[in-house]
Amino acid sequence: MLSASAAAPADKAADAAPADAAELGSISHLKHVPRRYWGRYLATALIVIALLFVANAFAHGKIEWSYVAKFLTAQSILTGLVNTVVMSILAMALGIVLGVVTAVMRLSTNPVLSWVARGYTWLFRGTPVILQLLLWFNLALVFPTIGLPGVWETRTVDLMTPFLAALMGLGINQGAYTSEVVRAGLLSVDVGQYEAAKAIGMPRLLALRRIILPQAMRVIIPPIGNEFVGMIKLTSLASVIQYAEMLHNAQNIYYANARVIELLIVAGIWYVVVVTVLSLVQSRIELFYARGAGRAAARQ
Amino acid sequence: MSMSATQPLVRAVDVHKRFGEFHALHGITLDIAPGEVLCVIGPSGSGKSTFLRCINQLESVSDGALWVGGELVGFRRVGDKLHALSETEIARQRLKTGMVFQRFNLFPHMTVLENVTEGPVQVLKRPRAEVVAEARALLDRVGLAAKCDAFPIELSGGQQQRVAIARALAMKPQLMLFDEPTSALDPELVGEVLAVMRDLAKSGMTMVVVTHELGFAREVATRVMFMDQGRVVETGTPEQVLSTPQHARTREFISAVRG
Repeated sequence: MLSASAAAPADKAADAAPADAAELGSISHLKHVPRRYWGRYLATALIVIALLFVANAFAHGKIEWSYVAKFLTAQSILTGLVNTVVMSILAMALGIVLGVVTAVMRLSTNPVLSWVARGYTWLFRGTPVILQLLLWFNLALVFPTIGLPGVWETRTVDLMTPFLAALMGLGINQGAYTSEVVRAGLLSVDVGQYEAAKAIGMPRLLALRRIILPQAMRVIIPPIGNEFVGMIKLTSLASVIQYAEMLHNAQNIYYANARVIELLIVAGIWYVVVVTVLSLVQSRIELFYARGAGRAAARQ
Repeated sequence: MSMSATQPLVRAVDVHKRFGEFHALHGITLDIAPGEVLCVIGPSGSGKSTFLRCINQLESVSDGALWVGGELVGFRRVGDKLHALSETEIARQRLKTGMVFQRFNLFPHMTVLENVTEGPVQVLKRPRAEVVAEARALLDRVGLAAKCDAFPIELSGGQQQRVAIARALAMKPQLMLFDEPTSALDPELVGEVLAVMRDLAKSGMTMVVVTHELGFAREVATRVMFMDQGRVVETGTPEQVLSTPQHARTREFISAVRG
């Protein structure tokens, strides 16, 4: 006890800058010892133990893992997977095109364009996407035939397939959300960039395309990636209008064989795979648009 | 509408600018002859930057008229009315002027060379190979030939401003506008930018320079204009305005800037 209490003031004295030059010279050559993070080792150990418990529970739970393995590559599941991916990409492409056009319209000095953009965003963000899907799918109830009078006409039920209804419903709804993401990106670009573009004689649309949008992309890409991930899972809503996406097909199988959990796990595995691939693609795109923005911007 | 040698390059007649309630320019009347270097000095908020921005239509004139290269700026006269020009026509009129900003405003996602070639290639639609050769020559002229492939963020402020000058010159303007080009620079970098501007003035370029660098104004300007509260207080040779100012307000400002 006596020695411990004596050591404390001694340590304090050692931290203070020594007075004589010889002592200064020797302390500046002492070896640096990196800090040990014991808390991190402990936390890692606890997490590994917890994961082992969870894995053990699932291994002994009422899950027939052989069914999971069997249905992971079943034809119907793979078809559903392709439909899910195709619908996500197309609906997102439609959403991005509509979103960029709407954001540019919204920021236009032309009040007509600006208010049309506001109206679109207001209407399609204001209603649930499942309601929009059902409306598109049931369009035939409103307009039995569709087309240009005298030129071409067809029955709406033939035209509005589950595929087209899902694409319209998901894509147009997505455009309303994406427009706000793009608008945020456009607003994030310094006003001096607009002025510099004007000063070299660029009209507004050329300045947007060459100067403003490429810089806005850095801000736009992370939330768009987020929305894309959301879209992949949102396509499962299209099962209500009979679009044969992955969850829809998984459900059809378990209605027949009653392996509910196994098939949900199969679908879950594929969703995680697709989202993982997408995240990797996203980081590559982010690196591309970090061009010229310095080291901090390239950080992931 | 062609310009004779005696015609001024810029003619401002009773130019007013209002931002809502705020009256930024109170009737500016002024001619700038080809080859002139006009330095505009004055306290902040005196309207000197606003006047510069009216010349290339980053701001529109509220009242009065402004001609650049013999062409009425921003309007077309039909009978006794002035009709506002379209955005495309305004963009075309801006090609007569080059502008250098206080904060450089280089395009950060493009290399130095791309910054300089962007206007000639995208706006003037000139062949890229020819433009690149010219851009390299311009960058050499501002002492940055070695930095063609660098991004703006990798350059010092002084280097960025020299690139900005090259970017403006690449459009072959008749008139160069400088909006406090050295105000955002570290003191030791001011000299290199002023040196480039001095060379440009020697080559005969018409320049309007808003600046606080009285030494530069004295040495390079053909005329100095002192503005305060949206009005021109006095105009004259550098000697007249900087050494023997006629107005008390000018004397106060000059002694305050000298410190």
